Amino acid sequence: MTAVELGMPTVASDPHGHLRGTESFPRAAHRALADTQLRRNLGHATRTIRAKRAAVVGEVDDWEELRRAGESLKADTMARLPELLVQLEEQVTGRGGTVHWARDAEEANRIVVDLVRGTGADEVVKVKSMATQETGLNEALEAAGVAAFETDLAELIVQLSHDRPSHFLVPAIHRNRAEIREIFLREMPGVDPSLTDEPRRLAMAARAHLRRKFLTARVGISGVNFAVAETGTLSVVESEGNGRMCLTLPDTLITVMGVEKVVPTWRDLEVFLQLLPRSSTGERMNPYTSTWTGVTPGDGPQTFHLVLLDNGRSNVLASPDGRQALHCIRCSACLNVCPVYERTGGHAYGSIYPGPIGAVLSPQLTGISGPDDVNASLPYASSLCGACFDACPVRIDIPHLLVQQRAAAVAAHTRPTGQDLTMQAAAIAMTTPGRFKLAEKALGLGRVLAGRKGRITGLPWPMSGWTNARDLPAPPAETFRQWWERTHS
Amino acid sequence: MNAREEVLARLRTARDAGNPATPVVVTRDFATTGRLDPGSAAVLERLDETLTDYKATVHRVASEAEIAGAVVGVLGEARSIVVPAGLPGDWLRGYAGQVRTDGPPLAVDELDAVDAVVTGAAVAIADTGTFVLASAASDQGRRAITLVPDHHVCVIRAADVVCSVPEAIARLDPSSPLTFVSGPSATSDIELDRVEGVHGPRRLDVVLVGPG
Repeated sequence: MTAVELGMPTVASDPHGHLRGTESFPRAAHRALADTQLRRNLGHATRTIRAKRAAVVGEVDDWEELRRAGESLKADTMARLPELLVQLEEQVTGRGGTVHWARDAEEANRIVVDLVRGTGADEVVKVKSMATQETGLNEALEAAGVAAFETDLAELIVQLSHDRPSHFLVPAIHRNRAEIREIFLREMPGVDPSLTDEPRRLAMAARAHLRRKFLTARVGISGVNFAVAETGTLSVVESEGNGRMCLTLPDTLITVMGVEKVVPTWRDLEVFLQLLPRSSTGERMNPYTSTWTGVTPGDGPQTFHLVLLDNGRSNVLASPDGRQALHCIRCSACLNVCPVYERTGGHAYGSIYPGPIGAVLSPQLTGISGPDDVNASLPYASSLCGACFDACPVRIDIPHLLVQQRAAAVAAHTRPTGQDLTMQAAAIAMTTPGRFKLAEKALGLGRVLAGRKGRITGLPWPMSGWTNARDLPAPPAETFRQWWERTHS
Repeated sequence: MNAREEVLARLRTARDAGNPATPVVVTRDFATTGRLDPGSAAVLERLDETLTDYKATVHRVASEAEIAGAVVGVLGEARSIVVPAGLPGDWLRGYAGQVRTDGPPLAVDELDAVDAVVTGAAVAIADTGTFVLASAASDQGRRAITLVPDHHVCVIRAADVVCSVPEAIARLDPSSPLTFVSGPSATSDIELDRVEGVHGPRRLDVVLVGPG
């Protein structure tokens, strides 16, 4: 029997999980740009969130000081990462939790699947978590016969529609209310057929759908926003209360965290609990933040497992500049302000980490196998406008990292590209005035190509590299040098 | 090498390779005290505004003696409520419905059957419209009792109201579970607009005790 015959999604075959798509960014973006519904949905959602974020960030007089504090706290964390993780492990273990270490996505999934099997449960409730999206945990659980119920509204929409997430915070940002209603009517068992597309009614439908699951669940699975090394305290920042349900009601809680989520001290949350909500949902504070430390007798799960995940993070840590990408607190502000993300959406990036931060994080996590690696195209998914740096609550210099990774890609490539040939041709033409004059004469050909529309839309290789993505204006009838010669000689 | 040793070894090597030449200095130049004094009339006023902005309903009372009147008023038609074992008894004076004390702990289905929960709070943050429930505090109780019932009534005293997040963090002990609550349960997952009422309590009433 194969997984396909069982109607199950296949388990990610890459041991890294979902950090790499199947096609390059330009190819995927081309298709996304043609989807006018997608562009309308994204444009509406990102405009809304940008305005909300700007308003609540404007209320905070010491925002820049908070950003600098966040930046320095994260840099300090990276400089002491192994020691902080050992401290976290000691604290969690001392408070009755069990800590597991996973080299890659596959190993993390195996640990979680075994733990769930050990409880005898055949279903789990899940709080939205990027770490388990990264590892492809749901597919691994399904392959092991365990049903995983996503409980975050947007994640539920993605799961019900057999789709992929396209945003950190709102994985279904690419869907509008009418599409969500359609998905619920089609996929949600026992849904009220008179459901409208009013957001409040849609939220109520999700509540009714998941209520019994929460009240009877035996195993909950979560990610982490911040893990405090000093005290062993973990925290989940959320809105709907689905997080509280998963963290509180089951007997067993399994939490998967990327190793970079650790912070040194409890006090550090005074910074991050100000930066994160205002940057992500544009709220002064999100509705619910839960913190817990190991196991608390009489309150919440009495069995607690923490899985610490590397999955390429140690590669990123080794780069003095590149490690900034590990400072990310997954607020998604850089996605919301990015002119490229706003138009292509998250799926075009392939990796489950989209947008500007994804473009610098994913290639570092996976490493680049060569010029044909699809993740090699990600550092080019930017106009380098710099909006992402300005929005980043921990001041990650994403534009700098993008340029650095482009430079590394150029230095590493071995066979000449179309761009190289074009540049070599330009160098020949520009070496002497005589050659340059000849080249100018050839511009007349460009005017013929442009025709009456005044734009060149398609050139043969190697110039097609340019015209695939942009039109070229027709060359002027007279160049500056020709004009000078005519009027001054 | 087991996974723990291997991951730690990789991280140590990578950390040393990527570390900056000069040690990192952590800066905390932001405000650690709030603009408004803890417990002042002004900070209560700001808390009232921010709670209301995120759709909690605020009921102001001037003294401890008036708490019961306000609590019983907002409970209205509620036939049964759950309370943590250490809730001051006189907060419910005059309530005619059934009071279930969570000690010994009620089953989840019992919590699901009550109409409301009444608790105190450990600290409240005026800048953000937040109150924090500490599981270890006897008037707040374990986390499930403020999660499963659909209506939460929370009593906040002036002495526990601070202006800023850093002031609140400094007052809290993370060794037992904490829940930061800012308004009733809500979602921004549909077109990034906030709508109230998902899995947590859909109705949130705050009784704010102090100078107004």
